[in-house]
Amino acid sequence: MSRKIAWYIISFIGIVLVQVLILNNIQFSGYINPYFYILFVLILPIGVPRYLLLLLGFLLGITVDVFCSTPGIHASATVLISFLRPYFFSTSNLDEQEKAMLPTIKNMGLGWFLRYVAVLILIHHVFLFYIEAFTFVGFLHTLVRSLFSSIFTFVVVIISQFLIFRK
Amino acid sequence: MKRLLDFLLRYHYLLLFILLELLSLSFVIRFNNYQRVRFFNSSNSISGRIYERSANIGDYFKLQKINDKLAAENANLRSKLQSIKESDIYLQAHGPIDSNIVHSIPAKVINNSINKLNNYITLNKGYKDGVKQDMGVISPDGIVGVVVNVSRNYSTVLSVLNEKWSINSKLLKTNNFGSLRWDGKDSRVAILNDIPYHVVVAVDDTIVTSGLSTIFPEGIMIGKASKIEHNQGDNFQKVWVQLSTDFNSLDYVEVIKNEVYKERLDLEKLTDTEENE
Repeated sequence: MSRKIAWYIISFIGIVLVQVLILNNIQFSGYINPYFYILFVLILPIGVPRYLLLLLGFLLGITVDVFCSTPGIHASATVLISFLRPYFFSTSNLDEQEKAMLPTIKNMGLGWFLRYVAVLILIHHVFLFYIEAFTFVGFLHTLVRSLFSSIFTFVVVIISQFLIFRK
Repeated sequence: MKRLLDFLLRYHYLLLFILLELLSLSFVIRFNNYQRVRFFNSSNSISGRIYERSANIGDYFKLQKINDKLAAENANLRSKLQSIKESDIYLQAHGPIDSNIVHSIPAKVINNSINKLNNYITLNKGYKDGVKQDMGVISPDGIVGVVVNVSRNYSTVLSVLNEKWSINSKLLKTNNFGSLRWDGKDSRVAILNDIPYHVVVAVDDTIVTSGLSTIFPEGIMIGKASKIEHNQGDNFQKVWVQLSTDFNSLDYVEVIKNEVYKERLDLEKLTDTEENE
């Protein structure tokens, strides 16, 4: 159990570092800002309690916020997807083994995983970019930005799946 | 009671979600300058009115000081008028200055800050009174800022005390241009860069606006040099400027209409192209 917790702490730090040190420096023509860090929320075990999921999402978002000096922006978007995530699973009657399972391509199937990741990334990014813009003026511009960034994040997340869960 | 507890237990995640979301959104609005300015702007008519009320009350206690200031400015203007009268020759050569164009709009500061990294000022004049974006704002003592947002009755001004903005300025003595920027530390000191090292700058040299941008006319007072630093091997020297405007006690300011300058710029551009042909 404690090994698992240690693994999650390390992956939390690792993912945040990848985000703030590498991906935050990628800004193609002011359009594409990939926000890969939400992977941490996406791959928590299926049975993780909802309150814990929300708290972890908030912690993750606020950590990224501190590095981007945008207090609240990432936190609000990440809390939103942490809230929505459980609706992708039918958690009503799971046994312990199923609860500990990770939502990976191998466990859930490629089609399910793609849809799950795509929808949550899209919600996160659209919410994030509109909060950042804080206006519906230039609605289309913000939408295009969030769509492009979503696609980029999506690609990075899928690639990371093949790198992390190779076996 | 039991039902309430049941309800809380059942929907604890929903309550937690709402709590965390509200918390993050309050962070967004409280700590992010851009969103705050926008939020402030969209609720301008309400918050603007409140600020105006409180400024009105505060004014009663400052009347004496404001009086003194106005009297001093009057005297200053009178002496300027005198010098204009004396330079009649100038007028004959250049034609009368078109006095029917109103060059500035007087306005009152109703909200102001000096302790942040990016400071904004709110004025009690809006587009109803002719204030537009990108107009310069000056006080009797010197420059104040530039208008960034305008609503019907109010406008927000990017103060000189703002890291996002640098001002085209020059040394009055030698006419050397540089850019002035606030470093976010002392509300009375800004830093002038890009002055070549061969130019001799002395303490107490006056720094004014350059007139290169259309925001401010030439020669508006900015401040006086207080410290000069030239690093070995550097092509430029760094000049600390004691700002002449006291942002801590701003009351009345003037918004400069820049239509006149735009016209001037257009004319100059036209002349340039004709010469080139």
